[in-house]
Amino acid sequence: MHVIVKLFAQYRESRFKAEQREYDIGTTAQTVIDTLELESVSPLGVLMVNGRHVAPSYILQEGDEIALFPKVGGG
Amino acid sequence: MADLIYRVNMAELSFKIEEVPSKWMGLGGRGLTSTIVAEEVDPECHPLGPNNKLVFAPGLLSGTSASNSGRNSAGAKSPLTGGIKESNVGGTSAGIFSKLGIKALIIEGLPKGENTFYQLHVTKNNVEFIPVPELVGKDNYAVLDAMMAKYDKKVAVMSIGRIGEMRMNIANISVKDPSGKLRSHGRGGLGAVMGSKKIKCITVDAADYKEVTIADPEKFKEASKIFTKALQENPISGQGLPAFGTNVLVNILNEAGGLPTRNFRAGNWEHAENICGETMAENIKARGGKTTHGCHAGCVIQCSQVYNDKEGKYLTSGFEYETIWALGAHLGIQDLDLIAKMDGLMDDLGVDSIETSVVLGLAVDAGILAYGDGAKAYELLSHDIPTGTPIGRILGAGTHILGKTFGLVRVPTVKGQGIPAYEPRAVKGQGITYATTPMGADHTAGYAVATNILNSGGHVDPLKKEGQVELARNLQIATAAVDSTGMCIFVAFAALDDAKCLPALVDMINARFGCALTIDDVVNLGKTILKREHEFNIKAGLNSADDRLPEFMKYETLPPHNVVWDFTGEEIDEFWNF
Ligand code: SF4
Repeated sequence: MHVIVKLFAQYRESRFKAEQREYDIGTTAQTVIDTLELESVSPLGVLMVNGRHVAPSYILQEGDEIALFPKVGGG
Repeated sequence: MADLIYRVNMAELSFKIEEVPSKWMGLGGRGLTSTIVAEEVDPECHPLGPNNKLVFAPGLLSGTSASNSGRNSAGAKSPLTGGIKESNVGGTSAGIFSKLGIKALIIEGLPKGENTFYQLHVTKNNVEFIPVPELVGKDNYAVLDAMMAKYDKKVAVMSIGRIGEMRMNIANISVKDPSGKLRSHGRGGLGAVMGSKKIKCITVDAADYKEVTIADPEKFKEASKIFTKALQENPISGQGLPAFGTNVLVNILNEAGGLPTRNFRAGNWEHAENICGETMAENIKARGGKTTHGCHAGCVIQCSQVYNDKEGKYLTSGFEYETIWALGAHLGIQDLDLIAKMDGLMDDLGVDSIETSVVLGLAVDAGILAYGDGAKAYELLSHDIPTGTPIGRILGAGTHILGKTFGLVRVPTVKGQGIPAYEPRAVKGQGITYATTPMGADHTAGYAVATNILNSGGHVDPLKKEGQVELARNLQIATAAVDSTGMCIFVAFAALDDAKCLPALVDMINARFGCALTIDDVVNLGKTILKREHEFNIKAGLNSADDRLPEFMKYETLPPHNVVWDFTGEEIDEFWNF
């Protein structure tokens, strides 16, 4: 299935900003995080699918947009 | 020697130095400015009249070696909101006040001569009143240059530009930072209060310094170490903030559908990538600016930065998400360099970069300029506002008054103050803070974005009502306490997620003053401050009907999540039950 993966802040470095990627049906958000080795850069801060916060156990659906941010803040 | 209160009377051009009354002893920063304003200022007074007072107070830990403790508070009755105001700032003033042993500087009355502006020069046991006709009509950097030429480099400078002289509601009080640039007591029109008192600038001389006394230096050192470590080890304050500044929020809010766009008509913007923190960081790297920079000595987080143009020439520093959002998604400018140029100009002019940018965005609805017309926005900012043309005066009065003048309904304010950067319908906890804080719509008063969006201090679903009132209440209480310590509010990220951080902060206060406060005491201090401010507002005529968001948010659905503001008045008023 097709999923759009968007990366932000430090996660972009030597990866990409946004890409359409292929995943098997049943793939979880955690698998996306693991295969991109994001947490070797910085712990996961915010995970959103289609603009809503979800848990890493979320099972991705065809056409989902998943957004991944390391721990960042501001104000 | 104990700290003292310096009390200045502008009607007489005289001053008194007083002992600190025992009831003020345990207070600093916001706790002290709000207490003094609540006790001494008639809530019904005109904010620009003889009975308002302008109060400055460094935080309890300012002047010590504690990390991030260099924030100075300014307070008064606000000409923008008509309620109480506290605004704190980095820069060099807090440390210098503390080291001179000044617990608070209280400025009263108005001078009799209509046309003379003064420099107040504060030194150990003395305040001089120096007429400065040569500085009238000048903006902040010219004032800074003049003061740097006059004194050695260690003088703290607080000043207003032309817009403060004209007593516009968007005027701030600007403060010199360690690198000779400016930070500001931004919100609420405190620059207009200073202008009404005919004070062009205040200088505080660092000669006759004493190091602040620490009751238990060993204990202080130990607690300070733990505290600094907590800030450095926290992924947000240790990595995220230094690398990308606060502007990293553009993409997060955009993704969450909470980035107010086209004057709060949508929650995301198709051009966010042009102005986001990642783009900003790339530009800084390519052009030789600085991604990390502290607004005061002793900041270990360094969320500030130096942003240069393509030629590598300085454009601005302290380039914050809220300003970038307002000139970007809200007003439509897609060119980050132009936004930076306007931010730098706002420093020099001495205006609140949030209120000014929010009002410029609303000016699109008023038909004054087109969405995204950066050239016209720059002209309004560089010409109309500082020279006080009629349209400049209306813009300079702030978002609320522009809305009234042009008969607009969709006016994003609470208590007359412009709503910044976080869409209340899609970040509902932040909406509760905007509605209830005594300061008018102020994001820093209780930053529920942390828990609604950033997963700091847990997670409360931003689109649901459950848990938001409690969240906003707890954060506002904690913030009122932190604002009294002199700490920058970004220590909150470590405090929310690291159990060692808050106790270390309390230990530092105890070691500094030789007292034995508990965390509960500090929380109670926060509650007391908040209630005191609320009481002042009620006496000033602001009641629960003012604790509300703009009505259009109740009946206009916000894309992409198609949400409205759905709290009832009673639900919001629950906030004050503590
Ligand atoms: S973190 Fe930012 S706002 Fe806070 S003290 Fe440092 S530079 Fe100033």
